[in-house]
Amino acid sequence: MGIFDYFRSPKPKSASLAKERLQIIVARERAHRSGPDYLPALHREIVAVIRKYVQVNEDAVQMNLEREGDCEVLELNITLPEKE
Amino acid sequence: MARIVVITSGKGGVGKTTTAAALATGLAMQGRKTAVVDFDVGLRNLDLIMGCERRVVYDFVNVINGDANLRQALIKDKRTENLFILPASQTRDKDALTTEGVGRVLDEMSREFDFIVCDSPAGIEWGALMASYYADEAIVVTNPEVSSVRDSDRMLGILASKTKKAEQGEGAIEARLLLTRYSPARVEKGEMLSIEDVQDILSIDMIGVIPESQAVLNASNSGVPVVLDEESDAGQAYIDAVARFLGEERPHRFTTLQKKGFFGRLFGG
Ligand SMILES: Nc1ncnc2c1ncn2[C@@H]1O[C@H](COP(=O)(O)OP(=O)(O)O)[C@@H](O)[C@H]1O
Ligand SMILES: [Mg+2]
Repeated sequence: MGIFDYFRSPKPKSASLAKERLQIIVARERAHRSGPDYLPALHREIVAVIRKYVQVNEDAVQMNLEREGDCEVLELNITLPEKE
Repeated sequence: MARIVVITSGKGGVGKTTTAAALATGLAMQGRKTAVVDFDVGLRNLDLIMGCERRVVYDFVNVINGDANLRQALIKDKRTENLFILPASQTRDKDALTTEGVGRVLDEMSREFDFIVCDSPAGIEWGALMASYYADEAIVVTNPEVSSVRDSDRMLGILASKTKKAEQGEGAIEARLLLTRYSPARVEKGEMLSIEDVQDILSIDMIGVIPESQAVLNASNSGVPVVLDEESDAGQAYIDAVARFLGEERPHRFTTLQKKGFFGRLFGG
């Protein structure tokens, strides 16, 4: 470590944290926008079906549409509440 | 035919009205006949920034409804030749701006002006949609801050699909970013997103970078668009942005800290 590094703050910079978080959320929202129109309705109905069995909130169901070459993959991620 | 440009952002309070006033004034100073239109129904503000609030008689909605004609409603700027302001209505009626009415008025203005600058309200609701619907291009105003950048991306999505051009299958209108309230000192300390960060995230062209500046507050206090303060950093940065808007290539200024000498760095904090 050079003498000048000594004066620099070792904390992670908040700007790089901001950039990282933005890249993730923006990528997710763009994928959502470019997805088919039925996605929001599909999401609502899946949440409703799960709620017949487990109480989850809407955020617990994450849908992700990804394009891999010619084929599209709909990834469904359901987080169940912790057991009491 | 006028070129219609919308100044928009999603998030409120980021500098849209400041930018609309600066761009319109800058274009008029270049000899282009320009009108700047306030779409912020119920929250009229552009008149204050332009310093013509006491001369408002009729407004945009009056013209749409046929209570006044364009000639009566357009306010001719007292300082700058070629510049006209169409103030927003103070009505609380959100439906006052109809697609048909806005189209009709912009169409009539199009025949007379070189540029029409539309100052959008915040949000992604009706007023903001109307401000961008007839646009040929957009300037998205962003602050280097998380919620502003995210909202700008949402707005870019809307611009890509919800304009008349997009609906007619002409694709997304050209959108460029104007980054404002930029503070090189805070970027250097790692406390603020840098120009490169914002560009990496949004990946669109940058039409200007305006520094955080006391001159903007001075300008709004006195009702004189900040481009007319040619001594100031923000004024010069807006003049550069106007030149880029007209196709000139200019490097960004006021984007780095004035480097201090060795001792300045050691003791200057
Ligand atoms: N470059 C800047 N430096 C300092 N203050 C600014 C700058 N740009 C805008 N502001 C301030 O931010 C506030 C919001 O600006 P405004 O143009 O009214 O935003 P909007 O139209 O997006 O709501 C105002 O108080 C204005 O003076
Ligand atoms: Mg405004």
